Amino acid sequence: MTNVKKGASYLYLGLVFLFLYAPILVLIVLSFNDSMSRTVWGGFTLKWYMNLTSNDNIMGALGTTIRITLSSSILATILGTSAAIGIHYMKKRHAAIMLGATNIPLLNADIVTGISLMLLFTRFTPLGEFSVVLAHIAFSVPYVIFNVLPRLQSLSEACYEAAMDLGATPMYAFYKVVWPEIFPGVLSGFLMALTMSLDDFTITYFTKGAGVNTLSTMLYTQLRKGIQSELYALSTILFLLAFILLLVMNFKKDVRKEAKTK
Amino acid sequence: MKKKFMSLLSVLVFGITPILSFTGCGSDADATDTLVVLNYGKYIEADVLKRFQKETGIKVKYEEYESVEDMYAKYKAGSINYDVICTSDYMIETLRQEGELIPVDYNSLPNYKNINPDIIEASAAFDPSHKYTVPYFYGTVGILYNTNMVDEDTVSSWDCLWNPEYKNRIVMINSQRDAFMVAQKKLGYDINTTDKLELENTYKLLCDEKKYVYAYLQDETYECMISEDAAMAVCYSGEAAMGMEYNDDLDYIVPNEGGNLWIDSWFVPRTCKHYDAAMKWIDFMCEEKAATENFEYVWYATPNTKVAQHEDEKTLADETVFPTKETLGRCKLYEAYDKETLDYTTTLWKKLKAY
Amino acid sequence: MINRFRTSFLAAPYAVWVLICTILPLFYILGYALTNDAGGFTLSNLFAITDAVHLKSLWLSIEVAFVTTIICLIIAYPVALILHNLKISNKGFVVFLFILPMWMNFMLRILAWQIILSNNGILNSILSAIGLPTVHILYTKTAVTLGMVYDFLPYMILPIYNALSKINDQVVEAAADLGANWWTTFIKITVPLSKDGIISGIIMVFVPALSSFVVSNLLGGGKVLLIGNVIEQEFTLARNWNLGSGLSIILMIFVLLSMSIMNKVDESENGGMLV
Repeated sequence: MTNVKKGASYLYLGLVFLFLYAPILVLIVLSFNDSMSRTVWGGFTLKWYMNLTSNDNIMGALGTTIRITLSSSILATILGTSAAIGIHYMKKRHAAIMLGATNIPLLNADIVTGISLMLLFTRFTPLGEFSVVLAHIAFSVPYVIFNVLPRLQSLSEACYEAAMDLGATPMYAFYKVVWPEIFPGVLSGFLMALTMSLDDFTITYFTKGAGVNTLSTMLYTQLRKGIQSELYALSTILFLLAFILLLVMNFKKDVRKEAKTK
Repeated sequence: MKKKFMSLLSVLVFGITPILSFTGCGSDADATDTLVVLNYGKYIEADVLKRFQKETGIKVKYEEYESVEDMYAKYKAGSINYDVICTSDYMIETLRQEGELIPVDYNSLPNYKNINPDIIEASAAFDPSHKYTVPYFYGTVGILYNTNMVDEDTVSSWDCLWNPEYKNRIVMINSQRDAFMVAQKKLGYDINTTDKLELENTYKLLCDEKKYVYAYLQDETYECMISEDAAMAVCYSGEAAMGMEYNDDLDYIVPNEGGNLWIDSWFVPRTCKHYDAAMKWIDFMCEEKAATENFEYVWYATPNTKVAQHEDEKTLADETVFPTKETLGRCKLYEAYDKETLDYTTTLWKKLKAY
Repeated sequence: MINRFRTSFLAAPYAVWVLICTILPLFYILGYALTNDAGGFTLSNLFAITDAVHLKSLWLSIEVAFVTTIICLIIAYPVALILHNLKISNKGFVVFLFILPMWMNFMLRILAWQIILSNNGILNSILSAIGLPTVHILYTKTAVTLGMVYDFLPYMILPIYNALSKINDQVVEAAADLGANWWTTFIKITVPLSKDGIISGIIMVFVPALSSFVVSNLLGGGKVLLIGNVIEQEFTLARNWNLGSGLSIILMIFVLLSMSIMNKVDESENGGMLV
């Protein structure tokens, strides 16, 4: 690659990153703004961060969000991964039916999914945190399936069969041969489920029980009269945590790689 | 073959589920010492809510909604049994006509005497025999404007919203009833008209306005005014007061043609499972200290007569917060539409948005 | 040999799940769509799409979704290509940087765009500071499209990047060895081989863009009425669940149609899949 081309491509990447991160920068700046209005700069303050832990509402919503997000994405990953394996080995016609049904939550407008699930849940279970977990599983399972399936498709069956021929039990062969291949798909499916669940508002709003608040639903009801600045602070912290986690994971990988090459 | 793996997975999936359901709430929905409250977003001081739970020992499940329509959808879905709800006048009337309300036992509300009789009287528009409601806050719909960009004469009539000079600097209210009210006042109609021709004309007038409108907003109109993105905005009085706190150039007026007076009130819906607790809640909202704290947080006009002694003269003289008798004389409450008119106006509103 | 029949039962729990949590709710919606508020059978909720207002908003949605998809594709393909050619060890990290923004709440991010784009917003302040004329973007169709591009861009980048990384580099090298210049290689080899990724990306952007309503609520200023907004308002403001359901069934059919068209383009054997 010539230097000019390299420079241009870095510049291009930089611009795209600027586009993606500009709003985030704005929100981070807002979290230090000493004013209840988001259009007025009232000076630098750390008070929203200080107040954060003493704000029961926000802390409660954070706890609920974490519980819902984690449990729904873990369950969705388990359910979705086993489903993907099953579908992969199904007769083609059956697989097509399953995939068609899997597409439905992705095709529906969120509000339709939300209301239809609410109609379902109210018949069988009282709405609460649990119903939100079910709803989140419902809309995130497809992401897991569609992340795992391509991995399975590019998998060569010969390896698995070879392992079996050499005397491995099916479980062992699966764990040693199939699992490492599909794992990146499972992981990205899990991450997507996690992200979707964290970000969802509409479906949560309709399927939650009384007094259950996630960060998203809390934000929505505050749109009308101004968002509590503590929420900017909390979002900044969450974002930075994810960022640092990413850095650390990446760093660890590098260390491991270096150790290997040595 | 892979059976083991499969059964392991199914155990995991179906095993974790019941465990989770334990941690989720739902089982305690019918406990006697809880109360399910539904209110507008950010419409209560957090400490008042805390104090209520501490003093009465009642655990409150506090739900918020953003717009009246959200509330209606959530309530009608019947997914949650609400015990006590706060919402706006004409929606209460709709619910009353649908037989969704339970009478309030005023004898069990010692603090009810704090409520301004004038406002109770005005409530007759949606609660004629005065059996179902207790006022919480009230206010008007008017124009919040920037004195550097518009002079008072201009905004003293709703006509200013059709002035090409302010193209893209007018914020219209994003609520069907309020937007129609503005055009109806300009046309000299009654704000509760159900005449199809009049409604059609209202719609046409609003279509004319659309090309000048910067945005139809209901949420945070005041932010748009503080930053001076717009010159004038149709909004609720409380929102105007909020904006004026941050930008000294802003002022609020209810134009000469008059406007709308709205009253948000507490009522008990048919789904109520904890009636006594609901009464305690409503009474607590009428209590002097709670009402004062709520007022200082929400910044709408309070019907509670005891609050005045805690506020300074400047606040009490603030005509944005407390509309004068003269202003109130020009304002009228909405009446609920019958089903046919409701459907018709909703269609017109949709057509306007798509126009 | 893998016992395909037995292994396929791994999907059994999911099949049950789909029946209860996907198919059953769909029947609820269908039930509403095919009845009027008195409970009698009617098809009028489905035919309501021919209403001038509904047709107009459907058309607007298609237009916005289409433009969004095209812009996303134009921005995303070079990004994916550059990422693919990047000669650094921690490529995964760079890829993750595209998903990371999603960890900031969606509504907050769109709200931030309001601050950036408003009349006296950040963008206009910058423009006027460097002596350029200011722009009126917020609360227009442009703002809605921009918001959607912002929101859906990662969904376009990731599948294309994945498809590119599956390409055997030797094929590309072979083309170069045989005398093809960069452009020819790109058009004849790289693009066709990444077709699956492009199609997944297009579907992943187009479908949600078609039914989205939050972005247009926040950045459209109530002036941009998409079909998603109409459906949402039928469920809330208009309190007409029957009509809302009818329109969403129509929207679903529409999405299915556009997907089958996309899959016609994509002749790969696994047609019918989304990602």
